[in-house]
Amino acid sequence: MNTKAILEVKDLHAWFGNTEAVKGVSLSAAYNAVTAIIGPSGCGKSTFIRCLNRLHEELPGAYATGHVLIENIDIYDKKVDPVSIRRKVGMVFQKPNPFPSLSIFDNVVAGLKLAGVKRQSTLKEIAEQSLLSAALWSEVKDKLHAPGTSLSGGQQQRLCIARALAVEPTVLLMDEPTSALDPISTAKIEELMTELRKKVTIVIVTHNMQQAARISDQTAFFLSGELIEFGETSQVFTAPQKEQTERYITGRFG
Amino acid sequence: MQSTWYPINMSRFKIRRRSRREAHLGDLVFSYLLRLLSLGLALLLLMIGFFLFRGAFASISRFGWDFITGSVWDPVQEIFGSAPVLYGTLVSSLIAVIIAAPLSVGIALFLNELAPPLISRSIGFLIEMLAAIPSVVYGLWGIFVLAPSLRTRVEPALVKYLGWIPLFSGPFYGVGMLAAGLILSIMIIPTIFSLSREIFRTIPMAQREAALALGATRWEMMKISVLRSSKSGIGGAIILGLGRALGETMAVTMVIGNRAEISASLLAPAQTMASVIANEYAEASNDIHLSSLIEIGFLLFVVTFIINGFARIFILRESKS
Repeated sequence: MNTKAILEVKDLHAWFGNTEAVKGVSLSAAYNAVTAIIGPSGCGKSTFIRCLNRLHEELPGAYATGHVLIENIDIYDKKVDPVSIRRKVGMVFQKPNPFPSLSIFDNVVAGLKLAGVKRQSTLKEIAEQSLLSAALWSEVKDKLHAPGTSLSGGQQQRLCIARALAVEPTVLLMDEPTSALDPISTAKIEELMTELRKKVTIVIVTHNMQQAARISDQTAFFLSGELIEFGETSQVFTAPQKEQTERYITGRFG
Repeated sequence: MQSTWYPINMSRFKIRRRSRREAHLGDLVFSYLLRLLSLGLALLLLMIGFFLFRGAFASISRFGWDFITGSVWDPVQEIFGSAPVLYGTLVSSLIAVIIAAPLSVGIALFLNELAPPLISRSIGFLIEMLAAIPSVVYGLWGIFVLAPSLRTRVEPALVKYLGWIPLFSGPFYGVGMLAAGLILSIMIIPTIFSLSREIFRTIPMAQREAALALGATRWEMMKISVLRSSKSGIGGAIILGLGRALGETMAVTMVIGNRAEISASLLAPAQTMASVIANEYAEASNDIHLSSLIEIGFLLFVVTFIINGFARIFILRESKS
């Protein structure tokens, strides 16, 4: 594993109007590492990862300050266009959100089409690749033109993963990707992530601490907008440095 | 919309369940009263249809299909062909929809997706207020402002530069098909606008974020997440606007020029189904004239009924999915 940091967050603050949801967070992630963000509801972890592709600022009254470096480019630099950032940083949401008006195939290639790829053969090839990477190909290869919403919840979420992968992002953000899914679909997606980490750096928000322990290399614990503890997953879960972390992971609060 | 039918069934269910124990007299009376009222309204609709058909019967049996295909409307000679007024209704409403649909959908999109909340709320309110202006006021504005400015400014230019197209040829008077279409377009904007906005509002934020997170610009996001998935709903909104335009009477009667002739030019005076009824009903000289006007009313009733039905099916399908 390459140990060079691909993602570096420096003193990130995120606001909703006058409410500060993320209060000066700094952390970094290495190439192909899986970083898990844990913490109780409302601790700012979702807001945090929504800052990593500048999606946070799309909400009315929301803005962020600080620096987020992806491959050494500060995405909060004034010259940077948020649209171009979002092509490099994929995102998978809590609830599967395929485009209901598009077919499975068109869902997967939606990002490519936005990026201006027009050649049908290229689109087909990448669609197949992405669906294979998302472990969905065998289930949908015969019905690529069925609506994306005709799939089951777990399949829809893997479709969304394929959609995010199709544009070959350097970083993949996952905001509680399995919290709306049943245990079997969850297991499939976790299995998938261990494959995906070979190609892409993953930041995942999760409510499920076993999940964080199973899949991540490093873990960040958030509490009321602050980063309490950040370190190797094994260390955070077995020998936490802070009392709050220990109380949270042992289930005594939160 | 569909749920309005449930209370009848639900109440029946409730009464049965209650009556096993101890029926509450108040509930019983109230639910029967509501049932009576809702059935009464449905009955009223059927009776209006029946009345129109009965009134039109003399004309239907005398003219048959010629009533619809005939292009001469001459009360003195007792010749009644409604093709010119059918044409007038159709064309004026089409002009209205062609102008109003893109405008209304565009405004709804802007106010829902781009405008800051304060602007969105106040402009939205003002547009919806357009629907509250009485039709006769639109007519007055049409006569005193729109028609004169069409006659002195717009129509001379149209004839000069586009006169080679039959649509914009011939003499012009200000009043006419174009004026009627324009007035109608303003009058149906609130209908199409507010329905489109309601449809846009039902689209979950997650759909928009899905597009943005893939690197869509705002416009691309609107295309993929908003417009694409509300296509049939917008279709329904437009048809509902069309339904309003077809039946609109007062303002159209005041600016269309009231001449029952089919003319290729939009600048020429015309007549619509609604306006011919409004103009001639009071002075209908004999029974067959009266019956012919009622037949036009019957046709208008059937057409708007079907169109509104279609629109509701469209919108219903949208809100279900």
